[in-house]
Amino acid sequence: MIVAQRKSIPDLLEIIKNHKKILVLGCGTCVTVCLAGGQREVGIIASALRMAAKLKDLPLEVEELTIERQCDNVFIEQAAEAIERNDAVLSFGCGAGVQAVAERYTSKPVYAGLDTAFIGILEERGVWTEKCAACGACVLHQYGGICPVTRCAKHMLNGPCSSSREDRCEVDPKRQCAWQLIYKRLKEIGQLDRLKETKPPKNRRLGQDGGYRTIIREDHRI
Amino acid sequence: MKPEVFEPKIVAFCCHYCAYSSADLAGSMRIQYPPNVRIIRTPCTGRLETEYFMKAFEKGADGVLVAGCLEGGCHFVEGNLCAKRRVNYTKDMLEEIGMEKERLRMVNISAAMARPLADAIIDMVETVRKLGPSPIRQKGSLKQENRL
Ligand code: SF4
Ligand code: SF4
Repeated sequence: MIVAQRKSIPDLLEIIKNHKKILVLGCGTCVTVCLAGGQREVGIIASALRMAAKLKDLPLEVEELTIERQCDNVFIEQAAEAIERNDAVLSFGCGAGVQAVAERYTSKPVYAGLDTAFIGILEERGVWTEKCAACGACVLHQYGGICPVTRCAKHMLNGPCSSSREDRCEVDPKRQCAWQLIYKRLKEIGQLDRLKETKPPKNRRLGQDGGYRTIIREDHRI
Repeated sequence: MKPEVFEPKIVAFCCHYCAYSSADLAGSMRIQYPPNVRIIRTPCTGRLETEYFMKAFEKGADGVLVAGCLEGGCHFVEGNLCAKRRVNYTKDMLEEIGMEKERLRMVNISAAMARPLADAIIDMVETVRKLGPSPIRQKGSLKQENRL
């Protein structure tokens, strides 16, 4: 899922400072699961913004709405009336959600209330970890299901870097060395020979190099 | 004429098994505590989430007291520890908003601690009295929000 966290209340106030009526728009999918922009968080943020504005004597009306998915037109439509009656939208979707809403309602300013951070998982209660950098050419099969692109601080495809300490990464001892994990996992599944192959450099053009990426499925186009 | 003393309105969330029982016991023992608190009984303080505290302040509470079981003595094992983290999170948020975080406090009280509960309430009332009325309440009631 996409993992994000909320901006601070002073930052949010600064972002919406020129508006008197705003819609705080939540998203019921990824950011609900990572406790950043779902219905509950929208309620808390709306309360906080109302109080903060009040303390600063700013006239501010805040409406709350959470739709199922902000990155999907079918659901964005459901916010039409609420967006119409407000001056601006403070979206609590991920970066994609914010832009999808903004593209759909071009006459209203749409702002991001969250800092979208990464694609990751819930590691334990209250802890999310990045697992995938969306590189565009997945190599997980070669590394026992542990992504060196994302989880090795040096993104090494032919690791380890020789500076790991015990099972810790030299860059940050709080993190596990991805290559230690890769080695252990490959050993466990009897595929250590995969490490004998030298992997060529990755084609970075499939990643974020050169602008945004598009996937076209002709078989699904109409 | 004596100047009017500010009487804070405090919402006290008390867990059923400990703090609320100690409030009952205080009644049976005829221990007095200030009438400034409005007690809300919850099954466990672990039931409480950030939005409960935020709503209380938004509606004009001068202070919010959360009273749960002693640490290690929660009827639901660790509900009070969850509540403690949420109270701390909300305190940080109050600071971001520009409110004094001392308006929110958590205390741990067992069912037998009637006197300490009364003392905790007295102390909370005095703390909030010194802070003065909630700036939210002072600026008039908030417009009813549109929740969809
Ligand atoms: S190799 Fe690329 S696509 Fe696969 S998990 Fe790593 S970053 Fe994601
Ligand atoms: S210690 Fe391990 S994870 Fe850290 S940079 Fe070196 S190989 Fe990568």
